[in-house]
Amino acid sequence: MTTHSGIGVGRGLAVGPVLRMADPLPEPPTTPSTLGPDAEKERVTHALAAVADDIRSRARQAGGEAGDVLEAQALMVDDPTLRTDIDTRIDTGATAERAVFDGFAVFIDMLAGLGEYMAGRVSDLRDLSQRSIARLLGVPVPSVPQSDTPYVLVARDLAPADSALIDVSRVLAFVTEQGSQVTHTAILAKQRGIPAIVGMPSAADIPDGATVIVDAAAGTVEVDPTADAVAAAERRIAERAARAHVSGPGALADGTAVPLLANLGSAEGVEAAVEAGAEGVGLFRTEFLFLDAETAPTVDEQRAAYAAVLAGFPGKKVVVRALDAGADKPLKFLNADEEENPALGLRGIRNLRAKEEVLRDQLTALAQAAGETEAEAWVMAPMVATVDETRYFTALAKELGLPMAGVMVEVPAAALLADRILAETDFASIGTNDLTQYTMAADRMLGSVAALQDPWHPAVLRLVGDVGAAGATHGKPVGVCGEAASDPKLAVVLVGLGVTSLSMSAPAIADVRDELAQWTLDGARAAARAALDAEDAAAARAAVEALTPA
Amino acid sequence: MSERTVVVASSHGLHARPAALFTQTAAQAGTAVTLRKGDRSVDASSILGVISLGIDHGDEVVLAAEGEGADEALDALEKLLLEDHDA
Repeated sequence: MTTHSGIGVGRGLAVGPVLRMADPLPEPPTTPSTLGPDAEKERVTHALAAVADDIRSRARQAGGEAGDVLEAQALMVDDPTLRTDIDTRIDTGATAERAVFDGFAVFIDMLAGLGEYMAGRVSDLRDLSQRSIARLLGVPVPSVPQSDTPYVLVARDLAPADSALIDVSRVLAFVTEQGSQVTHTAILAKQRGIPAIVGMPSAADIPDGATVIVDAAAGTVEVDPTADAVAAAERRIAERAARAHVSGPGALADGTAVPLLANLGSAEGVEAAVEAGAEGVGLFRTEFLFLDAETAPTVDEQRAAYAAVLAGFPGKKVVVRALDAGADKPLKFLNADEEENPALGLRGIRNLRAKEEVLRDQLTALAQAAGETEAEAWVMAPMVATVDETRYFTALAKELGLPMAGVMVEVPAAALLADRILAETDFASIGTNDLTQYTMAADRMLGSVAALQDPWHPAVLRLVGDVGAAGATHGKPVGVCGEAASDPKLAVVLVGLGVTSLSMSAPAIADVRDELAQWTLDGARAAARAALDAEDAAAARAAVEALTPA
Repeated sequence: MSERTVVVASSHGLHARPAALFTQTAAQAGTAVTLRKGDRSVDASSILGVISLGIDHGDEVVLAAEGEGADEALDALEKLLLEDHDA
């Protein structure tokens, strides 16, 4: 039995067999061929034929539509233009491996350049390229694990393209060598409520097929555990499952209410949120209606979609975020120009203000939907940076029949002037992901600066504290709706900083509810002070851990 | 040299499945056929070439072939482009 340690995501626990996702093959070296062009071409002919044969036999097994898709992949391997390109590279001295790699890369780049709808073909071609090179090298093909029984997925790291190929419902836990709390694997794990250990280099040593206990709360993976350890883990899993059904409003040990709300991206999540005991919705993202749209959806289409979500929460609040589009998630009718620096560009309220008719339609549709249902519809503006934007949005929302209007605090400027901003609007909701990105000047999408993207950083927490204090002064609610709210210990700190409600993905609610119940308001305030006094995120975590009630 | 200008009828354009059918037909033509959209021209029997043109429903494309059997080949391919495979 050996134990490995890494960064735990969530507090879940899992026991099961390991399935390893093979690492991608190393890029073939550019060293010139020593075999000569004829021999290299011969090798390519054999390798491509073998790959195409293999795919065709799978196509026959699959039949139907899946068979057609595989048949089209076989045609890609046989493609005459691809072959000409490969042969030309071999004629100039390339090895078969390198020529195949570069030949596929030409088409991968070309199709990727055609946009999102080619993403499927791009991943097909990557797979075909890997298969062909593996055949040339005589090594097994790196492939995504397939299993009908639940398993623990162990990988170097997961890219969105990989996880799209995995049936996540079979995954008991994720274990990756790379990654952090904010990279793709961790976010996927949090959303789905699957325990994960990331950033654990020694995951490379865990053998395929081994039984492991993954303990996200402890950040450990136990390989080949004893029967007693397995039995103990299974008992804890059962206890956790039983507790997840204990619902009830979020509150501290002294009875201080802290409403626990759900983040939703569409009506599909409503049921899971209600089941998890969400006391409403703290962030309803409306982008889903607009993505892929050539023109803005009509007021009627929007009204129906909003009503479908509002109807799930009679008598409860649903905080709707106005469309948050920017050059990083562009919409054809809103974003005309390419921007060098989309995170700092015409996004959020800046964009909505420039295209006021889109905003007016959205607010009108929301007011109508609110009139049809029993939910309390609140609305908020994304990416607010100034008092003037706050005043503009709040006035427009009220004009169009929405009595509760607020702003998101994601830009440090808005946090620093929170006292003046909250004087002009009904509530604030802190988006910790963007607030962290802007405070730390660390791109959310960039793995190389992921360590800076940590909402535990005292610089970020100080801004949260400023907003909390402004809320108390004005007697107005201050929520948090970023990933930070789903981290149980950090949730305690946020409450200590004056945050009055927490919104998170539904699977995180049970653990946050549990943790809050261990702390009094005085305790949470002491935790907040300890975190603020730390010099970095790790020290803040450690300081709060030390204060945790036994 | 024979040429045909065709407006693509397939409602999902010429991606994946219709592209597979189209390139297989072109490969059996017995003569080299090219497919042009805008200023890019590709081998009509190359599925990667055809897909990389990003042909959508309603796009105008030009089929061209030379030599014996050119007209028959273009007839067959034109017919495919005028059918809606996804309907």
